[in-house]
Amino acid sequence: MSALSLLPARRPVPGVFVALTLTLAIGWLVVLLDGGQLFNQSTTVSLLHVAAGLGLVAVGQTLVILGGSLDLSVAYVISLSTLVAAETMNGSDGALLPAVGLALAVSAGIGLLNGLLVTKLRVNAFIATLGVGLLLKGYLDNGYDGPAGTTSPTLVQSLGYQRIGPVPVSFLLLVAVTAAAWFALSKTRFGHHLVAVGGDPEVARLSGVRNDRILVTAHVLCSMCAGLAGIYLASRLGSGAPRVGTEGLYDLESIAAVVIGGTALAGGRGGVIGTVGGVLLLASIDAIFNQLEVDAFFKQVIRGAIIIAAVAVYARRAMRKAAA
Amino acid sequence: MQTVQRRTLPLRLPRVRPGGLLPILAILAVLVVLVGIRQPDFLSPPSLMSFLGRSAPIILLAAGQYFVIVSGEFDLSVGSLVTAQVVVAARLIDGDPARTWPVVLLLLAFGAFVGLVNGLITTRLRVPSFITTLGMFLILVGAVYLWSDGAPKGGLSEEFRRFGRRAFEDVPLLGRVPYALLVLLALAVVAVLLMRSDFGRTLVAVGDNPRTAELSGVRVWRTRTIAFILSGLAAAFAAILLGGYSGVSFQAGAGLEFGAITAVVLGGVALGGGRGSVVGAMLGALTLELLFALMNFYGVSGALRSTVQGAIILLAVAVSATRSSSR
Repeated sequence: MSALSLLPARRPVPGVFVALTLTLAIGWLVVLLDGGQLFNQSTTVSLLHVAAGLGLVAVGQTLVILGGSLDLSVAYVISLSTLVAAETMNGSDGALLPAVGLALAVSAGIGLLNGLLVTKLRVNAFIATLGVGLLLKGYLDNGYDGPAGTTSPTLVQSLGYQRIGPVPVSFLLLVAVTAAAWFALSKTRFGHHLVAVGGDPEVARLSGVRNDRILVTAHVLCSMCAGLAGIYLASRLGSGAPRVGTEGLYDLESIAAVVIGGTALAGGRGGVIGTVGGVLLLASIDAIFNQLEVDAFFKQVIRGAIIIAAVAVYARRAMRKAAA
Repeated sequence: MQTVQRRTLPLRLPRVRPGGLLPILAILAVLVVLVGIRQPDFLSPPSLMSFLGRSAPIILLAAGQYFVIVSGEFDLSVGSLVTAQVVVAARLIDGDPARTWPVVLLLLAFGAFVGLVNGLITTRLRVPSFITTLGMFLILVGAVYLWSDGAPKGGLSEEFRRFGRRAFEDVPLLGRVPYALLVLLALAVVAVLLMRSDFGRTLVAVGDNPRTAELSGVRVWRTRTIAFILSGLAAAFAAILLGGYSGVSFQAGAGLEFGAITAVVLGGVALGGGRGSVVGAMLGALTLELLFALMNFYGVSGALRSTVQGAIILLAVAVSATRSSSR
């Protein structure tokens, strides 16, 4: 039983990359027939920008989901982080580092709160993070009617718009964060313990894992990733935006990306590489539809269908594996 | 097989049924007292009746969500389903009273169909319900915008709207009885009877331990699918009342799924299934609505509504979680 449940955890690259390749190939062909070009400079750049924002959130989300938890508050953390960063900077470069530090610290604090609610007070993660999200929503709705603060010009030029060839700096940031998360998950004790807690909390506890500490850490890291995404969005928008997280549906989309990437929603199985695949898949679909000038609402319908279909395929495979 | 099922289920039920109701009744009582101190008029029969009528849609949604949650799943699609229903109703009726009843029937069928699809995808394709209903949420929102080109069209007939906004006036003792309240009471009775029937027991057993239920001969997939259909139907009824009361907009159902889940949890129902009662879930919704009314009376800014809502949920759930773990 334990050997069975350990096996999929070691499988490094899930099928999402096959789906990604197929999607890009078909998309390229369809766009070509339509008289457009999928892989020109501007579409690639915007695809990677979309992927960077969602990716940062989704990598953090992967950590908590692996641990058998969930974070529905990320959308509000993102919005809050854009505001903290932009208001602290207030248009000057001098406050850049303190602002980034403060935004990350605030995010980490929210993650700590989430983690403590889930572990110490044993509140169901869905409800705990939803409740914390509502607390933040009230603060944001009450305090802000529209954009506030100004992002420092250096940050806008670097993280927001700088790129190396067609690859934006923000996407490199995502690559770096993903690499760090991958390393933490596969090479460190924290990572192994996190997967163990997500797989079976009781077994993990009896094997000497300090479940609470591991889960709190995962929640703090998840919120910090959302905070980082907020800083990135502030650098794109040039100011703090109190609704950017919720309007982008970052909470639900990040969970969708994680699950499309092959991580089990119940925890204990999956990884960040798959998540990035899921993010790229969602971003590619977006880019293809933009090229085809598909109606934005139709895009959403297709997106919903694809999310369900992708997860159904995984479930089917898991069932077959269980039968074999 | 059959004997095992009969013997274990009645044994478990007495443990499940109480427990949940007392805390929510206590919170409700405290809120009623607080409202009474601040705004005694509110407790007069006519205004209380209007309040209950206004709260009917969210209470119905909470009951629908209860069926799904107690069976161990989630339904995140109900908010978007309500929006879709209201917009579809407006466009199909287009102000023509003759179309009222056909459209009402169509909405109920539509709600049941969406529930059926949610249920079949979740149970037959083994997609976690969180993802199924999230996908359905995206699909419904996208589809309804697409179908109406970005702005709601048509209008509801007065016959349709009366369910949500009219009342029997000049009733002795009570003052007025909104139609919505009667609809709510009728459906609440149906829900309670349903939970007392074999189906209800099976539903709780499936949520408590699907494997045990399966081994005792319950067709888990069918039971859960029916739960999703009931949730879809509840959303349809809620949409009919809500459309009548507050009119047509794309925001008609926004956020209602989380409101309903909050209410259910507040009512002592455990996420993950198997614990709690449908009456608790409906009282949870009533408590939430009363809380919002109270905040109104105390002049709390509407924007802070969600903060208070969040704090209350965390507090209620944390208290019940620490109590159950110390027991």
